[in-house]
Amino acid sequence: MTSLLELTAAQAAAAVRAGELDPRELFEAYRARAAGEELNAFTWVADAAPDLPPDPAAPLGGVPVAVKDLFCTEGVPSQAGSRILAGYRPPFSATVVERLHAGGAPLLGKTNQDEFAMGSSNENSGFGPVLNPWDRTRVPGGSSGGSAAAVAGGLAPWAIGTDTGGSIRQPAALCGIVGMKPTYGACSRYGMIAFASSLDQAGPLTRDVTDAALLLSQMVGHDRRDSTSVPFPEEIRLPTAEDLAGVRLGVPEELTGSEGGVEAGVRESFEATLRLAEGLGAEIEPCRLPHAPHALSAYYLIAPAEASANLARFDGVRYGLRVDGDAELITMYTRTRAAGFGAEVKRRIMLGTYALSSGYYEAYYGTALKVRTKISADFKAAFERFDFVVTPTSPWVAFALGAKTDDPLAMYLNDFCTVPMPLAGIPAISIPSGLSDGLPVGFQLAGPAFSENRLLDAALALERAIGFDGSGARG
Amino acid sequence: MLQRDQVLHVARLARLELSEEEVERMAAELSKVLDHIEKIRELDLDGVPPTSHVVDVTAPLRADQPEPCLPHELTLASAPEPLEGGFGVPSPGASPA
Repeated sequence: MTSLLELTAAQAAAAVRAGELDPRELFEAYRARAAGEELNAFTWVADAAPDLPPDPAAPLGGVPVAVKDLFCTEGVPSQAGSRILAGYRPPFSATVVERLHAGGAPLLGKTNQDEFAMGSSNENSGFGPVLNPWDRTRVPGGSSGGSAAAVAGGLAPWAIGTDTGGSIRQPAALCGIVGMKPTYGACSRYGMIAFASSLDQAGPLTRDVTDAALLLSQMVGHDRRDSTSVPFPEEIRLPTAEDLAGVRLGVPEELTGSEGGVEAGVRESFEATLRLAEGLGAEIEPCRLPHAPHALSAYYLIAPAEASANLARFDGVRYGLRVDGDAELITMYTRTRAAGFGAEVKRRIMLGTYALSSGYYEAYYGTALKVRTKISADFKAAFERFDFVVTPTSPWVAFALGAKTDDPLAMYLNDFCTVPMPLAGIPAISIPSGLSDGLPVGFQLAGPAFSENRLLDAALALERAIGFDGSGARG
Repeated sequence: MLQRDQVLHVARLARLELSEEEVERMAAELSKVLDHIEKIRELDLDGVPPTSHVVDVTAPLRADQPEPCLPHELTLASAPEPLEGGFGVPSPGASPA
C-alpha cells in the first residue's frame, strides 16, 4: 500500500489504464488516509468508493481528487470554510467538478480553506486551522491550505483549489508541492462560491508538474454558464521539456529585492534555482515591473470591494444560517451576518464597502482599477523581452500558527509576490525549489495569457533539475 | 484614522452588526491597512483607463433559448424558511404586531 501512495497521480492513472491497478483499491487507500487524517485538511470525506467503476479509458484514470470546500458539489457539504454556510449541500455541482468527474476523477473529499478564500494561512477557516504536514506547529498557507496539505501529506493524490491573490501558489509553496493559477477565464467559475469575481480562478495543486498538466487538461474550456470563461486556444499537453535552451527569464527587482521582505533562506533557494536554470540553457536578466510594489494596495481594494458585493447574498434568506428570524428584516440580516462571518471576512467586507462608498469610490476603487491597468502594461512590456518572469512564490517559508493573526497587514504582505499576476489575469505556477531550515520554498514562473503549455514545460525542466523530494511530508 | 461614526456608517451599509469591541478594533485595523494602501494615490495616473476586463478576448455569446432550470423544490430545500413556494422573511417594517 505504501508503494501505491508513492505513485504520482499520473503514474496511478497510467497503471489503471494499463489494467495493473484497481481504481477502487486506490480510492479506498486514499479514502482511509483522508478519513483518518490529523491535519484538519478535510471538511468532508466520501464514505465509500463510487458504485460504478470509472471508465478505464478516461484521461484521469479513476484517480480520486480532493476539492476545495468552496466548489459547489451536489448533495455534499459546500461551505466555503464559513459557519454562515455550515451544512449547506448545494443542488448542483461546479462546472470544474463536473469536468473532473467526467474526465475520470471521482470526488475523494472536500478540503478546508480560509473562510471565503480570504487568508494566507488557513487560520481563518470556520472549521479550525489546517496544519502543515512538514511541521504541525506551522500553517500550510492559504487560502487553499487544505488542498495543499492533503496533497503534500499524501492524503490525496491531487487536488483543486482557487487562486485570487495567491491562494493556490502560496500554500503550494509552503507545503512543497506544485500549484498553478491559470489565465483568467481558462476555467469556468460556475459553482465556485465567489470571493472576487474579476480575479478568482480554479487550478490544480499536485505532487509534480506532470500531474498539474494532466489535471488542468480536464479543467479548462468555455462554459456557457460563465460568460467570462473562454475557449482555451490549444489543448493542455503533458510537458516534455528537458532543458530551458533559449528561454528568457526576467527577474523583477521589485519583487525579489528587499522591498518584499524576502527572507534569506528563500532568497538563497531562489538564486540557486536561477543558477540551475542557467545551467539548463536559460538566459537570465533583471527586468522591471515598476508598478508591482503597488499591486498589493490595488489588490486589497479591488478584492474586498468585489467581495463586499459578492457576500451580500449571505443574508439568511435563501440558504445557510439565519439568526433572530423573529426580528425585523434588517435586524435579521445584520445579526445573521454578524454571527455567521469570521473576523477576517468582516474586515474585508468593511474595507470593500468603504472603498466603494459615496465620496471614496474614485479615490480608492477607481484608483486601484487604474493601477491594475499599469500592472498589466508592465507585464506586457516585460513579455516583449522575456518568456517568463520569475520570483519567489512567498517571501517566507511556513510560519508558526498564530504568528501573524494579530496583524492583518503583516498577513497581507504574504501575497506580495503573488498578487500582481491575477491583477493582470496571467497564468503562474509555483514549484518546490528546495528546503530552508527543513521547510519548503516555492519558485514562481509567470507567463503571458494562455502560455500554460510553455509554463508547464519550463516548470518540468526545472523540476527535474531541482530533484525535490517531498516524501518527508507524507508520513 | 477612521472615526467611530465612519465605522458604524460603513457597517450599516454592509448590513453587519458590530459589537463595541469590534467597532474599536475595526477602526484601528482598517486605518492601518488604509495607511498602507494610501500610497497608490501618489502615483501619476492621469489619462490611465481603469481595467474593466483583464483578458483581451470577446465574450462568446450563446443562443437565447429557454431551457429547464433547477426544480422549484430543490431551490427551496436549503432555505431557512420555505414559505408557500417562496422564501419566507421577517417583516421589513416595524416589529411584527
